[in-house]
Amino acid sequence: MALMDPKGAVGSEIKSLIITSFWLMMIVVIPVIVMTFLFAWRYRNTNYKAKYTPNWAHSNVIESIVWFIPLVIIAFLAVITWQTSHSLNPSAPIQAEEGVEPMEIDVVALDWKWLFIYPDQGIASVNEVAFPVDTPVQFNITSGTVMNSFMIPRLGSQLYAMAGMDNNLYLIANEEGVYPGRSTNYSGAGFSEMLFEAQVTSQEGFEAWVEKVRQSPKSLSFAEGYEELAAPSVAHPVEYFSSVPAELYDNIIMSFKNGTAVQPGHSGGHGGHQAAEQSAHGHDVAMSAEVAE
Amino acid sequence: MLGKLSWDSIPYHDPIIMVVVAAMGVIMAGIVAWITYRKSWGYLWTEWITSVDHKKLGIMYFLVALIMLIRGFADALMMRTQQAVAAGGAEGFLPPEHYDQIFTAHGVIMIFFVAMPMVIGLMNLVVPLQIGARDVAYPFLNNLSFWLFAAGVILINVSLFIGEFAKTGWLAYAPLSGIDYSPGVGVDYWIWALQISGIGTTLTGINFFVTILKMRTKGMTLFRMPIFTWTSFCANILIIASFPILTATIAMLTLDRYLGTNFFTNDLGGNQMMYVNLIWAWGHPEVYILILPAFGVFSEVIATYSRKRLFGYHTMVWATMAISFLAFIVWLHHFFTMGAGANVNAFFGIATMIIAIPTGVKIFNWLFTMYRGRVQFTSPVLWTLGFIVTFSLGGMTGVMLAVPAANFVLHNTVFVIAHFHNVIIGGVVFGMLAGLTYWFPKAFGFKLDETWGKRSFWCWLIGFFLAFTPIYVLSFHGAVRRMQSYANPEWQPFMIVSLLGALVIMLGIACTVVQFVVSYRNREQLRDVTGDPWDGRTLEWSTSSPAPFYNFAHLPEVKSIDSFWEMKQAGEFEASKPPYQDIHMPKNTAAGPIISLFATILGFALVWHIWWLAIVGALGVFVSFLARIFNDDVDYYVPASEVELIEREHHKRLSEVVDSDNRGTAQVGNMGVQS
Amino acid sequence: MATDTLGNRIVEVSEHGHDHDHHDAAGMKVFGFWVYLMSDLIIFGTLFATYAVLVGGTADGPTPGEIFDLPLILAGTFFLLFSSFTYGMAVLAMNDNKLGQLKAWLWVTFVLGAGFIGLELYEFQHLIHEGYGPDRSAFLSAFFTLVGTHGLHVFFGMIWMLVMLVQLQTKGLNDITRPRIMCLSLFWHFLDIVWICVFTFVYLMGAM
Repeated sequence: MALMDPKGAVGSEIKSLIITSFWLMMIVVIPVIVMTFLFAWRYRNTNYKAKYTPNWAHSNVIESIVWFIPLVIIAFLAVITWQTSHSLNPSAPIQAEEGVEPMEIDVVALDWKWLFIYPDQGIASVNEVAFPVDTPVQFNITSGTVMNSFMIPRLGSQLYAMAGMDNNLYLIANEEGVYPGRSTNYSGAGFSEMLFEAQVTSQEGFEAWVEKVRQSPKSLSFAEGYEELAAPSVAHPVEYFSSVPAELYDNIIMSFKNGTAVQPGHSGGHGGHQAAEQSAHGHDVAMSAEVAE
Repeated sequence: MLGKLSWDSIPYHDPIIMVVVAAMGVIMAGIVAWITYRKSWGYLWTEWITSVDHKKLGIMYFLVALIMLIRGFADALMMRTQQAVAAGGAEGFLPPEHYDQIFTAHGVIMIFFVAMPMVIGLMNLVVPLQIGARDVAYPFLNNLSFWLFAAGVILINVSLFIGEFAKTGWLAYAPLSGIDYSPGVGVDYWIWALQISGIGTTLTGINFFVTILKMRTKGMTLFRMPIFTWTSFCANILIIASFPILTATIAMLTLDRYLGTNFFTNDLGGNQMMYVNLIWAWGHPEVYILILPAFGVFSEVIATYSRKRLFGYHTMVWATMAISFLAFIVWLHHFFTMGAGANVNAFFGIATMIIAIPTGVKIFNWLFTMYRGRVQFTSPVLWTLGFIVTFSLGGMTGVMLAVPAANFVLHNTVFVIAHFHNVIIGGVVFGMLAGLTYWFPKAFGFKLDETWGKRSFWCWLIGFFLAFTPIYVLSFHGAVRRMQSYANPEWQPFMIVSLLGALVIMLGIACTVVQFVVSYRNREQLRDVTGDPWDGRTLEWSTSSPAPFYNFAHLPEVKSIDSFWEMKQAGEFEASKPPYQDIHMPKNTAAGPIISLFATILGFALVWHIWWLAIVGALGVFVSFLARIFNDDVDYYVPASEVELIEREHHKRLSEVVDSDNRGTAQVGNMGVQS
Repeated sequence: MATDTLGNRIVEVSEHGHDHDHHDAAGMKVFGFWVYLMSDLIIFGTLFATYAVLVGGTADGPTPGEIFDLPLILAGTFFLLFSSFTYGMAVLAMNDNKLGQLKAWLWVTFVLGAGFIGLELYEFQHLIHEGYGPDRSAFLSAFFTLVGTHGLHVFFGMIWMLVMLVQLQTKGLNDITRPRIMCLSLFWHFLDIVWICVFTFVYLMGAM
């Protein structure tokens, strides 16, 4: 169970939060269920031994108790909620251990794949992300298409990816391994296969991975290659780009503000509905063909 | 000439759709043939289609809801089957294009065209009777509301075989629902089906709000209203306050799609977060519009069958009002993961949890209503007990989702799916089926068969837990909602169990159908002669079953919350007596169905961009409305003699039963359950 | 029996239930209409909120200050404000049972409303001609929709006025037409109030 077997500090804290809140509420839920069966059986129609008070409908004591108990539990939960909303705020930086440099990865949701840009290393990858263990990672998340949500269940929180916006999510992995990640927010036909792998490795392993990516003959920039990459594709294979300008991420965000955005699958854009329909139709057909493979 | 419409719009290449369409066609043709054979068209037109009688409208709402339940449930079965097979690289039998339409249609149908009409139908049937009124405040508008709702139903069903439905999820989040990413007509069907039926819902809200405020009978102060009326009252306030937000939001999405505006687009300054905020500012109160009346049903049921006053009436009312208020300040909990600050998230999380307090109090009050009562295990009581258990669990998972930090991992997973089915099935569906059984005799004059009712209950209860417990478990594996397929084969066994659960629920639905047939066959044995089969406590049981079209020969007078029951206890209740007076009643009208027919045409034309037809539709709506405005012949008087005839007939039947039962005249009621 | 299930006619009150089963028919109509206006207010509230959020979304297009022609808007505003006054005069005439005066005031109100709509159409046409149509930016989408929704309401109010003029001609003043005049009165004043908000929040604050 991914959520109950977390591999990072954020996920662990959330796990214990879920368990705490579950048991807190059981304090009410269990008595309610027991009382339901108990009262229904005890005061069944055929049980003439049970007391019957047809006009009894009010008791200050009982009413106080039934307001008080949920109130206290919710008060407890409210305190926990307030604390954890701040301590587990996805945009709050995670303290790194001494000597460990936090790292930054830009994440772009596309139809229907994930683009990971390493601004410091000047590389990028699709549907595969790698980072070293015990290192806080700042994911800068945006979208080149509709709304998606970026999540690596074993590591904890998710955050929406929205076009023209920059959302920051801090995660940390405390155990090496390969963890599945995905979009959790439905985004169209290829959504189910909008998956990626998060490879958590040692520092050396990470450097080796970076080296591997640098071997790729492909490069990527907003002007060169991004539009082709952004075109809809389903179950896109892992792809590496050895040379990527650091400003690609900002270019993608800004493209929705300065009119340079890559339009989805067709050139119609605003106004030209007729053209939009025709090209989109073709795009649908292409897509079902891909799915069928 | 036909806009986007062409022969290619019909999905004849899809065998599943074609089989469904063929089946629907055969059934429709059969019904039409049967009606023609029985020469019932005239009867249908004068007694039902043009009727302004709130009871008949209530029955029609419920009937459509049950039919749409079957359609929505078929979608559910297809989804569960798909997920049971599409594991580890298998694609299943539904490609994404089709699967995505199905989960969208399932959500839209179940909320707008099953849950809403059940709730509104029950309100129609019961509220005027409970407050001792002869009809609602605006009977014509009531009829119009129903037919506008029916227009939405027609449009969403047409989308099945002409074109496509939205592939966006039930709330059609922008920008996915914008023209750039959804160029087809699916979203347009979604828009017009919801917009037209939504206007009907707003009219209903206004109608019942005024009805409850202005048409209560003598002595019925606000704090003597039955709880179901109270919860309906609050639900209608929520409708009035929230549905306009939906109307405006859909209108803006419409403009984005039709005129190229940029409200919710990715670029040119559009703001998709605004859409999400607005749609949930409506969407969250909507949840309470559905659940509050269900709470009302449980309150009535548990008090009646415990033969005891409802515990903590005033608390119930205040809790209902508190929930209604809080419903408007929690919408952000549907998108904690959007990236708002910690303070904002914490505020909305805590506000959400606070709702658990009045809800918890209500649950305790139902329990203490049973306490020292005489609980009869009728099927409505079983639904209620099942509700308390199921809903407590659903409420708990709801509070878990309301903790923002926990929500960061649970959001968008199937945990959300399991949670809201937990509260909607366990709350709304159980409540509506309990209400259906409870008030059925008031609508039709005979009771529903108990054996099949109980079978239905057990199937639903077991089916629910079988279907959704595995879904809860899967959420902890990281399974997300709206997956057409998944890679991890370990999830498959859970999906298969879930499918089995859905099949058990299907048996429950089948039991309800059988229940109708069996009850109709045995209607003579199940006949409710007295009008008070359960020894009821509220005014609707003081008139005959089925209630006469004028509801009460003399408008009753009320002295306390359970006035009718107290009168029976004191031996003071007696059936209506002469002299009778003429009764002022509204006339039936064809305006509602005709306006809605043109609205349907308008909606269809707009979906397909057939502009000339849209103009015809719009003009048709306008002219038929104008015709209604200029028609002053809208009401009439039922002569006292006719009232006397109807009442005397009722008294005759009544005295026969009372004599044979030898119970004396005081205790009219309570002949149903124990005998 | 005087139960008024329809709310259309003041029916005679019988001996049974003098005070309870006679509901004030006209009153209930006007009350219901008032409730409808409250729901309409929420539509406007939604559009206002959207405008407030999107006003910055100009997408390198014009900002509010650059495109508003305040003198023109002010003229329109006075048309509408004055039409509220003239509608008030119409209601006073109705209360005095002066049918002729009522109709005359309705016509004056209608003309003022038409003037307002005319100015608004001119403004819209002008903006679109300049290339600042509703599809130019989110700000302009929100602007056209908010102002246009109000304009559409005024337009429907004018149609309603024509219908009432016809009904006053054919039916005269009776228990059916009176509450309708009152509802229209509420509607018309309501639009005035909404316009004052539009004028303040959209035009004045935009121009500043």
